[in-house]
Amino acid sequence: MNRESENDDRNAEAEHSGDGMQETGASPSPTPDARLPPPEVAATGAEKLAEVIVVTSGKGGVGKTTSSASIAVGLARRGKKVAVIDFDVGLRNLDLILGCERRVVYDFVNVIHGECTLKQALIKDKRHDTLFVLAASQTRDKDALTKEGVERVLQELRDEGFDYIVCDSPAGIEKGAYLAMYFADCAVVVVNPEVSSVRDSDRILGLLASKTRRAELGAAPVAQHLLLTRYNPARVINGDMMSIDDVKDILGIEVVGVIPESEGVLAASNAGVPVILDEESNAGKAYEDAVARLLGEQRTMRFIDAPKKGLFSRLFGG
Amino acid sequence: MGIFDFLRSRNKHSASVAKERLRIIVAQERSQRGAPDYLPLLRREILEVIRKYVNVDMEAVDVHLENDGTHSVLELSVALPGQSVGMEGLRAEG
Repeated sequence: MNRESENDDRNAEAEHSGDGMQETGASPSPTPDARLPPPEVAATGAEKLAEVIVVTSGKGGVGKTTSSASIAVGLARRGKKVAVIDFDVGLRNLDLILGCERRVVYDFVNVIHGECTLKQALIKDKRHDTLFVLAASQTRDKDALTKEGVERVLQELRDEGFDYIVCDSPAGIEKGAYLAMYFADCAVVVVNPEVSSVRDSDRILGLLASKTRRAELGAAPVAQHLLLTRYNPARVINGDMMSIDDVKDILGIEVVGVIPESEGVLAASNAGVPVILDEESNAGKAYEDAVARLLGEQRTMRFIDAPKKGLFSRLFGG
Repeated sequence: MGIFDFLRSRNKHSASVAKERLRIIVAQERSQRGAPDYLPLLRREILEVIRKYVNVDMEAVDVHLENDGTHSVLELSVALPGQSVGMEGLRAEG
């Protein structure tokens, strides 16, 4: 890791391109939006458009931020231009997981309130040239985010040629979570194989189908993907944890990835290096697979079987 | 399966219990999901009107919305106190 090698490389040029916005977004337009592609054709259209991915869950502590960081890095490693936005106003954390917490000067709310330009607030990742982070504000109240402001920032990112915009949703179903999902083309619903998380995820799936711009415009629905995290195959085999199929049956949507419970996740957040960069960790490899599947690749699920037991543990349990 | 597994068998199959509980609650919550936002208010206002005449309990009004493909049926039933008669009040279709 060469995190100290570069100086602060945030884009400080105050070249502001956001004034000539074609759309004010003051009122939701009743006609279908021509800029809004169905997710599956987003990458193949004549004019390439940024795909907005929301990482959400309802319940807190299931791994939204960890997943957002790894998905954003995974996309950037494939040469995509990626912006990842922390929507958790008041509880900024994405910067810590990505290891750029000391380089935050301006945040998402500053941009929305016109206190700085988007370029000033975007933090360029030290490891990947095509990854940019927009941190959440630490101090403002939850009303600091507005639908018009979010729409303006997303449009500006599209104009800047970003391929993917990853929105890291806060927990709950309040305004921050609502705005994080509102403009999404694709949703990654992070779920633990545990009752409260699964129930909350179902609630979120309902909101994705009704409270998003795609739903309101009657456009193609937001593509929904399940990302199972903290999966423990040994406990599933013991009957102590719901299996992938159990969760899939209950929620009725496809699973894009299964991240095994892993020591690597805590080690990665301790270090400020997204776990997908940890080549040794099963969780990192599972995130890599999930990103590949998000991009349409077929990959078989790994790390979903319990490790083989030796004679001793077979005799005495383990 | 270890030979001492019977010692810790009380936790067996908690996952299937979880799945069954979730299946029920998720189905129930999904059935309420499409319901219009005005239902709670409608329920309260109907209750207020009835309470002008009869002193009914807060829980006495049961509002039920059923979707049947092309049309939906709004069913209201009010339990009156002291009598075992259910008043099938309004029945609106649309």
